Amino acid sequence: MRRVAVAGIGLTQVSEHWEDALKDLFAQAALKAIDDAGMREIDALYVSNMGAAPLQGQLQLGAMMADTIGMRGVAAVRVEAASASGGVAFHEGVKAVASGMCDAVLVGGVEKMSDGLPEELSSAIAMSEDQEYTAYTGVTVVGLSALLHRLYMERYGATAKEVAMFAVRGHENAVGCPHAQYPFRVSVDRVLASPMEADPTHTLECSGVGDGAAAVILVPADGIETGVEVASTAVATDSYYLEGRKDLLEFDAARKASERALNAAGVSHSEVDVLEVHDDTTITGVLSLESLGFVERGMGASYVAGGNTTRGGELPTNTFGGLKARGDPLGATGLYQICEVVMQLRREAGPCQVEGAEVGMAQSLGGVGSTCAVSVLRRA
Amino acid sequence: MIMRTTNAVGIVGYGAYIPMNRLRASEINRVWGGSGTPIEEKSVVSMDEDAVTISVESARYAVKRAGIDPREIGAVYVGTESKPYAVKPCGTIVAEAIGATPSTTAADYEFACKAGTEAFQTCIGLVSSGMMRYAMAIGADTAQGRPADALEYTAACGGAAFIFGRESEETLADLEGSYSYVTDTPDFWRRGREMYPRHGSRFTGEPAYFSHVIGAAKGLMGEMGAEAGDFTYAVFHQPNTKFPIKAAKTLGFGMDALKPGLIVPYIGNTYAGSTPLGLAATLDVAQPGDRILAVSYGSGAGSDAFSFVVKEAIGRARNPEPPVSAFIGRKQYIDYSLYSKLRGKIVK
Repeated sequence: MRRVAVAGIGLTQVSEHWEDALKDLFAQAALKAIDDAGMREIDALYVSNMGAAPLQGQLQLGAMMADTIGMRGVAAVRVEAASASGGVAFHEGVKAVASGMCDAVLVGGVEKMSDGLPEELSSAIAMSEDQEYTAYTGVTVVGLSALLHRLYMERYGATAKEVAMFAVRGHENAVGCPHAQYPFRVSVDRVLASPMEADPTHTLECSGVGDGAAAVILVPADGIETGVEVASTAVATDSYYLEGRKDLLEFDAARKASERALNAAGVSHSEVDVLEVHDDTTITGVLSLESLGFVERGMGASYVAGGNTTRGGELPTNTFGGLKARGDPLGATGLYQICEVVMQLRREAGPCQVEGAEVGMAQSLGGVGSTCAVSVLRRA
Repeated sequence: MIMRTTNAVGIVGYGAYIPMNRLRASEINRVWGGSGTPIEEKSVVSMDEDAVTISVESARYAVKRAGIDPREIGAVYVGTESKPYAVKPCGTIVAEAIGATPSTTAADYEFACKAGTEAFQTCIGLVSSGMMRYAMAIGADTAQGRPADALEYTAACGGAAFIFGRESEETLADLEGSYSYVTDTPDFWRRGREMYPRHGSRFTGEPAYFSHVIGAAKGLMGEMGAEAGDFTYAVFHQPNTKFPIKAAKTLGFGMDALKPGLIVPYIGNTYAGSTPLGLAATLDVAQPGDRILAVSYGSGAGSDAFSFVVKEAIGRARNPEPPVSAFIGRKQYIDYSLYSKLRGKIVK
């Protein structure tokens, strides 16, 4: 297998892009990545997206986006794994280059959520669950996460405030980030005073609705003297149903993907300098930190509340705000995480820069943890 | 482009009306379990009130404030999306009630929340051209909000009437120009036979309200060569408290300019009545020489902007005809049960 490097990145601000269609957003990010890589030819295109079918009535995004960016003729396909789409697409792109089948791959994620009515968005996101067993009950994905949120507080004695601090820390880290949707501070009192989305999870503990696109160019690492190398990627799955989990409070897919990725990269937890985790709700972020093996189980909320995940903390996490503050355009989110890790390793993170970052990890979840993609990147 | 008159036109009289029932946002939260408070409270019609009675009340006050013979009013136009009859004009009822019939024209306007200011422009044109001496434009609504919908907090009842005439010593404020900004932006709509409107949720923000309000305001100010600092007061359509404040800030207006006409926190969004009522409340406190910018917004979508300069005659308007603040202060609280009955949400 060949070593793989990230030759270019591109992204748009996560925002309400009323004037841009799905393909416009994709093109903005993809063309930036192509310019950044300084190359004009690619062999294959992987488009990560979750909601274009229910929200825009659009399929065959591979050919559509290839044509949009002037790359007719390349192999192109859409990758979908709910909100883990970006991380899984990156994994597929890396495999294509590592195997030797492709020499230049563009992996781009795009999502356009603003056009959807609230009920349409809830239904689209609930499509990540079994329609015949779970989604048909009307439960939302946040509703499922809320079950874990309550159980976490009951089992470990964590307070609502400690869990809510995950959102507060994300917003702190987002300050100064030009591509963040909500680059401002939010107090924990404000988070806990926001409406209840699904008891005990408040609205400001959930990622919002946003549009965005992010893209990377992957090439063989040989011949690239400096830059960012993909140390490893891994994808794992868990029971598709919450009741099928061995332990509701451990994302087994995250544990497995983390172990596989770290082993493959030859990196230990303590060597990870920057971490991007999937926090579509505060509890999902807390459980991700624990399931990935960075924090002792039951201690994630207090660890975050204690300030360990700030840019200057022990484990800088979600250094551009995470899903909560940078934004969560579903199928593009995983690629925002990858781009952000690359920005950190290139020392191009501006006010969000973590000093001396050499190794970074990005973790993306589909559903309530039924798919997990983990990528480890290293400064080369 | 800016609309200027051939012959100068001004406001001869105006009148307002707001029903006295109030429903607090907290009462809606109590019933539906929400926690939003886009406004404090909203006005609700009584059993025997509708868009026509609101129009008649405000029209009568306008005629009194103008001190004119209603038979000289050559046109009565009612802008509303709450017509009691699908077919049969509100304008004829109002014209009859104020004594303007039969030598007059009457009709209704529909352009969501800017129907009232659409009527302004028509009246201004009719008067400026010399086709008639006076023309009356009314914006009034008994707005419909689906139970538990975000709009239920704000959909309110009220209206204001304006009489336009050729500029003279009797005009209270003279028009400098108007500017309309219209696109096909379907952010909010109600089809025939549907009881409640539907809306595109957050789509009604940036691409709808702000794009059009700011587009119209900038269009007018740009062609006038005016800046925010050149205006004493500004009135923007008020669907909630946040939107007009944000629009004002974007355009460079401070809260002092906005405050007299910002009545939405106390009465809600009176739809076609919103900008006319805000303008009326501003005229209630304005002094000669003050310049007022008024910008409406109607879903679908469009905005009409107007610039008025207040005249000496405004002192004449401070007569027994009640100011908008009197209607805001005249209130009684109702609970959600009575509200449901009054708005036809439950029927026996």
